[in-house]
Amino acid sequence: MFGLFRRRKSRDALKQRLKLVLSYDRAKLTPGKMEELKSELLSVIAKYFPSDAEDYDVRFEQQGDRMVLVANLPIKKSERT
Amino acid sequence: MPRERSAVPREGSASVNAKAIVVTSGKGGVGKTTATANVGAALAKLGEKVCVIDTDVGLRNLDVVMGLEGRVVFDLIDVFEGRCKLRQAVIRDKRVETLYLLAASQTKDKSALSEHRMQETVRQLLEEEGFDRVVIDSPAGIESGFRTAASAATGALVVVNPEVSSVRDADRIIGLLESREIHEVRLIVNRLRPAMVKRGDMLEVDDVLEILGVKLIGIVPEDEQILISTNIGNPASLDESSNKVSASQAFRNIARRIRGDEVPYLQLDEKRGFMAGLRKLFGGT
Repeated sequence: MFGLFRRRKSRDALKQRLKLVLSYDRAKLTPGKMEELKSELLSVIAKYFPSDAEDYDVRFEQQGDRMVLVANLPIKKSERT
Repeated sequence: MPRERSAVPREGSASVNAKAIVVTSGKGGVGKTTATANVGAALAKLGEKVCVIDTDVGLRNLDVVMGLEGRVVFDLIDVFEGRCKLRQAVIRDKRVETLYLLAASQTKDKSALSEHRMQETVRQLLEEEGFDRVVIDSPAGIESGFRTAASAATGALVVVNPEVSSVRDADRIIGLLESREIHEVRLIVNRLRPAMVKRGDMLEVDDVLEILGVKLIGIVPEDEQILISTNIGNPASLDESSNKVSASQAFRNIARRIRGDEVPYLQLDEKRGFMAGLRKLFGGT
């Protein structure tokens, strides 16, 4: 929130980049493979729910001492009849 | 399967019970050899009988960093290949009575390394030659040199600089140490530049701990004195006249923490400004 007043600190950028790259390293998965996983997930989900591919978010996340794969796949509101 | 890691608090004892400790980092040039020489010398100064071993075969350096290059007659590979007795290859330091060096070979290549012989050499030093501690300087990388160095160790000091490639490589090395069942893994954050940390252009120690999830054992500031003492081949940790906030003091503290003393950490990155405090309050760390 104070970012408007000072340049983004390189420390924060590095921390974010490291967390991302290490999550791939630790899972022994390349970002390219992750994209594949994402699009496959998407095609499976699409069979059951109409959805917006653009809203899909699949990533690793550190939760306490566990690394988890988080998929955030919003379901399109269907019109009620 | 992703490895499990959790953030580790820096408080509490970081003592290392392991008698054979490998000093490693993955990345080259982060200060492994300097750390080995200084921690080894400081442990000896505290009364332990210490042997530091250089396993960087083909590129030996621990001898010159310690100023013992003129006295190397036999090396590690000579011991491995039976050209001399272990006792003949171990060089005694003249400054500290209980400090010894086993040099790497400059001429042989890595194919001469053997995990089995390394384990046997370290066993002999500890069980037959009466050493209290063996500190093993690993070469950079994750190949045979690292594997040989780690094969005889039951504890590890991982040296990391607060920058992107060093932290990434340290993460890899920590994973490899864990897979080798080396559980006493401690982190030395080396070459920290307090002024850069203060203005937000360098990772803080707590960032590194949060990312790597291993226990801290030392924060070593960037210090010209290290280069100067290396120039003359006298480990900085032996110079007790140096001022308090120095790399030399930091290495002596690491030795004390290995032995179980709870020594407060150098106050380098604690002086958060008002703005930083506010941002932390808003969860923006």
